[in-house]
Amino acid sequence: MIETENLTKKFDGLTAVDGVTFRVEEGEVFGFLGPNGAGKTTTVRMLCCLISKTSGTAKIAGYEVGNGADSLRIRRLIGLVPENVGLYEGLTAYDNLDFYGKLYDRTESQRKESIAALLKMLELWEKKDVPVATFSKGMKQKLAIALALVHDPQILFMDEPTANLDPEAAKTVRDFILDLKKQKKTIFLNTHNLDEAQRICDRIAILNTTLRAIGTPEELERSVRGRVTVIQLEQSNAAVLDAVKKLGLGDVSAEGNKLTISVADPEKNNAIILDAVFRAGGRIQSVNVVGSTLEDAYLKLVREREKV
Amino acid sequence: MNLKHSWIIALKDIKVFIRKRTVLGTVVLLPLLLSVLFPLVIEFGGRKSGGIAGPYLLTLLNSFAWFFVIIPAIIPAPIASYSIVGEKLEKSLERLLATPTTDGEILLGKSIAAFIPAIIATYAGASIFMVLIDGVTHGQLGYFYYPNLDMDIVLFLLAPLALLLSIQLNIITSSRVSDVRTAGQLGSLMFLPFIGIYLASEIGAFTLDTNTLLIIAGVVAVLDVALFRISTSVFQREQILTKWK
Repeated sequence: MIETENLTKKFDGLTAVDGVTFRVEEGEVFGFLGPNGAGKTTTVRMLCCLISKTSGTAKIAGYEVGNGADSLRIRRLIGLVPENVGLYEGLTAYDNLDFYGKLYDRTESQRKESIAALLKMLELWEKKDVPVATFSKGMKQKLAIALALVHDPQILFMDEPTANLDPEAAKTVRDFILDLKKQKKTIFLNTHNLDEAQRICDRIAILNTTLRAIGTPEELERSVRGRVTVIQLEQSNAAVLDAVKKLGLGDVSAEGNKLTISVADPEKNNAIILDAVFRAGGRIQSVNVVGSTLEDAYLKLVREREKV
Repeated sequence: MNLKHSWIIALKDIKVFIRKRTVLGTVVLLPLLLSVLFPLVIEFGGRKSGGIAGPYLLTLLNSFAWFFVIIPAIIPAPIASYSIVGEKLEKSLERLLATPTTDGEILLGKSIAAFIPAIIATYAGASIFMVLIDGVTHGQLGYFYYPNLDMDIVLFLLAPLALLLSIQLNIITSSRVSDVRTAGQLGSLMFLPFIGIYLASEIGAFTLDTNTLLIIAGVVAVLDVALFRISTSVFQREQILTKWK
């Protein structure tokens, strides 16, 4: 649905996005994670045909980004929820939606139907004739999402849709994104909220000017250091440490009464490790398998200089 | 170019600006005020001396008519400023630019939104002005002075051209400032050349007769084309999103 190859954008000699290559499948929720200034918004703007690319290629549903005629076709297929809600504060919720519906050449009956459906789904129907200026931040954000959906686009680009929202409003927006996922919409989600990305994205790309990694949240977590088995002993014991090291299953370290063993497959190897601990006279208080988090992966990857 | 898109944008902008009472007031007030003020000057100005002398009256009426070129150079400024800088302030331009509309369609829509209310206000003011002037001068002149060819040139040629000039200047200044008031003030400076022409005619440098009006219209038309080229080069998606203040 979305394909890029070596997509690059430079502003007056400053590289904002450098050789980014990825592919987003139809119906996928694709998270784009990165710190401020990583090039996330620039990438979305290029894909939405708002700014030109310096080099590389990008295609949306087979149409080429940067080709004049295709740009209008792409804009018809996509919906954009920009970082700023961008509503006409003096107009009502209905008028805001109706305006955009008209710009997408929707007929009056199509507009009426989609506006009613969206406002009801987002619990804004009762406020349809109220000027947007009186709305809360959460209501405005919900309306901003509705604006991007008024023409029933196949692909939705969302730039930090829950930024600055209180937890309840953020949850409503996240739930709505999950509803859209059920409707098989392709969603490209820019965010630096790791928890949000982990909860709703099928795959995540980590960007910091260059693309650092792509994968499912679980794949990214494992990419940092895999998982470790942590054994809490009653007493530290050199014989236990030697016995576990001799197994050669992974790096072993001891800190006080705690043994930490990096193992590729804890489910398979932990029984062997525990047996060795018992045989060496170790008395176990607890055993835990600890994985690295998406946050670990994110921090490690955004600090890396090398391109993946 | 899809003119329907431009019209949709224009109607939305007009809807937004109608709710801004200060903007609406600026657009409506000036033409209405002058349309009543000038007839009052004629009616009461010459009373002490037994009326304004015939030749001077005609010169005065021509001078007053010129204000209906100055008015359209001033009044689109607040609308055009709200239309573009207001959209920048509400941060709604990015979303608008992401719709399947071309830069030209958006620019035309913004121009129509400023043009229509300003030209309606100008024509409304001019209509009141002409009716009242005819009412107060008919007794002295023995005929209705308005409408006449010069006023037709003013209203149907010079006023729209001056209006377009003002709108183009507003679009250009809107790209450089991020405050509606500043944009409006800078945009309304377009009235200065027209005031200059008025003053030059008052000191006798030339008379605002039919030929002069047509020459001025030609010059304004050329300026319109030049500023249109600049405004279209300024109003481009990438520039708006990355370079506009």
